Amino acid sequence: MENYLIAMTVFAGIYAIMALGMNLIWGLGGMVNLGLAGFYAVGAYTSALVTTKLGLPIYLAVPLAVLVSALVGVIVAVITARLQGDYLAIVTLGLAELVRLTASNEIWLTNGTDGISGVPGPWRGVLSPTAFNSLYLGIVLCIIAVLFLVLSRLAASPFGRVLRAIREDEMIAAVAGKNVLSFKIRTFAVGCGLVGLAGALFAHYSSYVAPDVFQSIVTIHVILAVAVGGVGNMRGALLGAVIVIALGEATRFLAGSLDFIAPSQAAAVRESLIALFLIVVLNVRKQGLLPEKTPVYSEEKR
Amino acid sequence: MELVQILVNGLMAGTLLAIPAIGFTTIFAVLRFPNFAVGGLMAIGAYTGLVANTMGGLPLLATLPIAFMVAGLIGVGSDKLMISGLRPSGPLAAAIGTIALGLLLENALRFVFGNEFRTFNIPPVRDWRFGDLRVPPHQVENATYALVIMAVLFCFLMFTRSGKMMRAVADNPALAGLKGINAVRTTDMATFLGMGLAGIGGVLIGLDVAIDPLIGTRTMLAVFAAAVVGGLGSIPGAVLGAFIIGLGEELALLAVAPTYRTAVGFLAILLILSFRPRGLLGERRY
Repeated sequence: MENYLIAMTVFAGIYAIMALGMNLIWGLGGMVNLGLAGFYAVGAYTSALVTTKLGLPIYLAVPLAVLVSALVGVIVAVITARLQGDYLAIVTLGLAELVRLTASNEIWLTNGTDGISGVPGPWRGVLSPTAFNSLYLGIVLCIIAVLFLVLSRLAASPFGRVLRAIREDEMIAAVAGKNVLSFKIRTFAVGCGLVGLAGALFAHYSSYVAPDVFQSIVTIHVILAVAVGGVGNMRGALLGAVIVIALGEATRFLAGSLDFIAPSQAAAVRESLIALFLIVVLNVRKQGLLPEKTPVYSEEKR
Repeated sequence: MELVQILVNGLMAGTLLAIPAIGFTTIFAVLRFPNFAVGGLMAIGAYTGLVANTMGGLPLLATLPIAFMVAGLIGVGSDKLMISGLRPSGPLAAAIGTIALGLLLENALRFVFGNEFRTFNIPPVRDWRFGDLRVPPHQVENATYALVIMAVLFCFLMFTRSGKMMRAVADNPALAGLKGINAVRTTDMATFLGMGLAGIGGVLIGLDVAIDPLIGTRTMLAVFAAAVVGGLGSIPGAVLGAFIIGLGEELALLAVAPTYRTAVGFLAILLILSFRPRGLLGERRY
């Protein structure tokens, strides 16, 4: 039971990192990444491949995974940044599909749908399962703490201010002399890098990556986390991730307790509930549980 | 000779793809946001056709209008209930909402019909052969239906009052409003039409392959690609784009494994956005 709780907290942490990345892209930058699952997969596969095939240590593999995901983000952003956000939505959605396709079919590299097993975890062999879980939880929490502090500072910094300006009105930001394109591309890249980081952390924790893990429902989960928590609020992203994991587990028990339906139907009920919940949240409480607090600059302060 | 076969296959695939691509692009033209629920509605249409055919015993042709109506009504109903409230806060929220809606619809189908692949109840017919060229008659039949539907749609948009209203809103919403065109009615009509076409597309594509709840999601990338290549919001563009994607997917078979067909659509999107962002026939760059 305690291992289960720790594992769920680790997963909540991994989702929280993705939610922070998504919040940067969506909440501050006003862009969208509907292919989150793809970037998650890129991070996970990069880290899994370089550790199992090239024998790189984990502390090098994870930064590499972040870098690769960010690079993919840069490519996508460069192509679409001059256009309206709709194109970014379509391209990212397509990218996730392409990544999954590649992961399922390039068997020489990714072992296809069987996935890659035996991805190393930090001291997995020498520690007891509980100790390993706790250690990993500690690592994830430390990473979140650092990210949270950095991103909160970033949101309050001049950089964050420019981002919010771009989100509200690109034209005005451009007239004010801001290089809108560069801001958007950098933000998108950092956000995607964070999602890749979450993927790498997932790979080293679960020791197994396969295309099935990176279904589009992951994207929905993270969008839901950000929407519930409060778009634009970093604290909200963390709260949202916890809520989404709790909701996912609650619906698992709920669907499991309906013993008159088949397992595939139970899965369908779970996904439907998540999707429905997202639609309701978007409709009813757009600002989320913790709304974004934009700094107010009063005359006296200046 | 092989090349001719590829061209024939590509053209027929393109005709089928054009129907949902027109649906997607019509909704974009009038409502100015990408409605990703198209995939879910394609699946709804496919299953509607399947039930009408295998349980109701209706011939294929009769299932098409039923699929159109059911997908159109579910499309408008779910849009009014779940998505229309999101549109005032921008295209982003609405687009995200439609992703969730598509997932919801797919899972509803999965709940009722399960994950198994199903096929229409149609007697197998021997391929027509012209020398080395093989043409399955039912593909010709489907492509013909698709062409007729496009012709009907063209007449609707060009000559009927509703069609003109839709084009007016697509062209200039503010001016259309000044002229007294009811925006809500027009957007509902566009959604109904677009989703209905997605439903028909689901049936036609389902006839070609097999049907499962993910049929729309699997085809969706090609549908978006067709719309983007032709120019988002342009109906002739969607048709042209569909032919290009259909041909491209068949031609790609010469170079890569069949599983990578879908990658063609993605590649086409990237190419067109890099060199001609408004698409081949798009009038505006959004």
